Amino acid sequence: MAINASVRTALLWELLTGMWLTFKYMFGPKVTLNYPYEKGPLSPRFRGEHALRRYPNGEERCIACKLCEAICPAQAITIEAEARADGSRRTTRYDIDMTKCIYCGFCEEACPVDAIVEGPNFEFATETHDELLYNKNKLLANGDRWEPELAKRLELNAPYR
Amino acid sequence: MAEFVDGYLLPGLWIVGKILLFAVPIMIGMAYLTYAERRIIGAMQMRKGPNVVGPFGLLQPFADAIKLMFKETVVPTGSSPVVFFLAPMITFTLALLAWAVIPVDSGWVISNLNVGVLYLFAISSLGVYGIVMAGWASNSRYAFLGAMRSAAQMVSYEVSIGLVMISVLLTAGSLNLTELVEAQKGLWYFLPHFPMFILFFISVLAETNRHPFDLPEAESELVAGFMTEYSSMSFALFFLGEYMNMIMMSGMVSILFLGGWLGPQDMLPGLSVLTPVLAWVPGIVWFVLKICFCLFVFIWVRATFPRYRYDQLMRLGWKVFLPFSLIWLVLTAGFLVYFDKLPQ
Amino acid sequence: MIIATLAFYLFAIVAVISALNVILQRNPVHSVLWLILTFFNAAGLFVLLGAEFVAMILVVVYVGAVAVLFLFVVMMLDINITLIREGFLKYFWAGAIIGIVLLVELAVVFGGWAMSPEAESLRIAPAPAPDALSNTEALGTLLYTHYAYLFQAAGLVLLVAMVGAIVLTLRRRPNVRKQKIANQVNRSVADTLEVVKVETGKGVS
Repeated sequence: MAINASVRTALLWELLTGMWLTFKYMFGPKVTLNYPYEKGPLSPRFRGEHALRRYPNGEERCIACKLCEAICPAQAITIEAEARADGSRRTTRYDIDMTKCIYCGFCEEACPVDAIVEGPNFEFATETHDELLYNKNKLLANGDRWEPELAKRLELNAPYR
Repeated sequence: MAEFVDGYLLPGLWIVGKILLFAVPIMIGMAYLTYAERRIIGAMQMRKGPNVVGPFGLLQPFADAIKLMFKETVVPTGSSPVVFFLAPMITFTLALLAWAVIPVDSGWVISNLNVGVLYLFAISSLGVYGIVMAGWASNSRYAFLGAMRSAAQMVSYEVSIGLVMISVLLTAGSLNLTELVEAQKGLWYFLPHFPMFILFFISVLAETNRHPFDLPEAESELVAGFMTEYSSMSFALFFLGEYMNMIMMSGMVSILFLGGWLGPQDMLPGLSVLTPVLAWVPGIVWFVLKICFCLFVFIWVRATFPRYRYDQLMRLGWKVFLPFSLIWLVLTAGFLVYFDKLPQ
Repeated sequence: MIIATLAFYLFAIVAVISALNVILQRNPVHSVLWLILTFFNAAGLFVLLGAEFVAMILVVVYVGAVAVLFLFVVMMLDINITLIREGFLKYFWAGAIIGIVLLVELAVVFGGWAMSPEAESLRIAPAPAPDALSNTEALGTLLYTHYAYLFQAAGLVLLVAMVGAIVLTLRRRPNVRKQKIANQVNRSVADTLEVVKVETGKGVS
């Protein structure tokens, strides 16, 4: 046994098996995703860029209850509200500082009307800091743009909420 | 005037031309070596490697070069600027200098020096200066530690490299690289000297600071070792120097053990059908193929093995390689004398 | 021929300048670097003399190994230059006297210098024709035949020095646990690892 082991050591057997393994893998299939052209699957619970949703009739969902502002652990959300002419309570200002946000998803969980949601979009890098200070218009625009995906995600996730 | 032109100008220009004929392919080869390394290691790690710049990523080396050129050169405070910038230049120059004596085909050599092997050995032993100077001039702990390690490592492994070379030289009976290759006709030395071939290759890995002996630049311990403070072109020169050293050392392995530019036709008498075909292939092609093989093994080893610990590295060099190569040297000499095979 | 002459003056001048710099530099590391340049130029001069073997050995041994160790040590030193300068005047006179004595002795030696009458003819006719015998071969035939005993003796002296250095620096520490690589390599899976099928709720006894 000991002789066998010493012969193997002298012949660098372990090194050779290691090298054979890497050589085999050189011809094996690659696992790289060709990123900008190929993307990995996303869970419906994935927490990406925020969006403010509207009702199907075009009315914005947010009722300025400020639960999201209260629960936000990074204090990234700022809300100001006023009664509108028709007496409904709506936000006049809804800002999210995306550079503060930690994407915990608490705002989404706190929202009683599914207004603020985190969408599937994770490709919103910008060149300046200012562009990442989202205001209400930007968030509503996001909601309009991603509404089909957002609705689908909420529907898929509904049984678990 | 005519005497000046014929005696000095034309020979001088011819020498410069020859140097360019060597230097330009080496530079291009080196650029693509970095690309090949990334692709091969990528493949071995089930990745794709660079494939975006140009077809199959073939323009990647040039993109990298341009990026490096446009970076800012940073000189650390408290450094010694002259030595700081001299260091990468020395590394780069030495890596090119060695090619002066390497024959790529019979007669295709810039200077057919009588002591070619010694010249190569001398140049490769000088490589340590670039690194030590860089480490000292950077005025940084990481760089200094890297330089210390590298100095000890290169001095240690040179000893076994030298002894292995002596074994080979005894068999060939010449210090001239061309004659060394000619002496291998019929039997490349990696067969009779097989253990030394392996030992030499491992020592070369240590000498060029390649994995698994890349302690001078061990990322996980020393940031980037002696290169920590370098940026821009001064970093690029180090980088290029390292890869050119790899090519040069592969050339050395090919010449000492793999029969240089000789094709395998004399080695394989059984393949007499193929002999005319093999003999038709020019010698330089064989030489380049052998260098490519060695470089592939360099990269392959990098993808396979983890880094050595420093005390293990020293133990391997002094307690395993040195005695083993000494014993082999005595064996070789004894064999040659006993069977009266000493080359005249 | 002109090129050889030019090269000679280049090497010689650089050698002298760098040798001067070795002693004039304030920073010891710079001194060592200049020393290396001096070695280099000496090697260049040897090449011009046609002694390429000696030149290469000079580079390999002195530049490639000795100077690296020099540099190694000097870089590790933490030298305070002002502290060294402090004793300069105190030792100046002793140093100056020794220097003058040496100078006088050298003058006496050179004053009494005489060439042996055959020297010139010996110089003109070197023993082996340089074409017939390469440098390496010429050195080898001399070293291993005529000077074989001296060569071996020199080797022994170096060996003794090496053994001495090891004896002086080797510390035997009794309670150190060292890595025994042979033991590690000889360990097999069967010695150390046991795969047990554990039944639920029973555990391993």
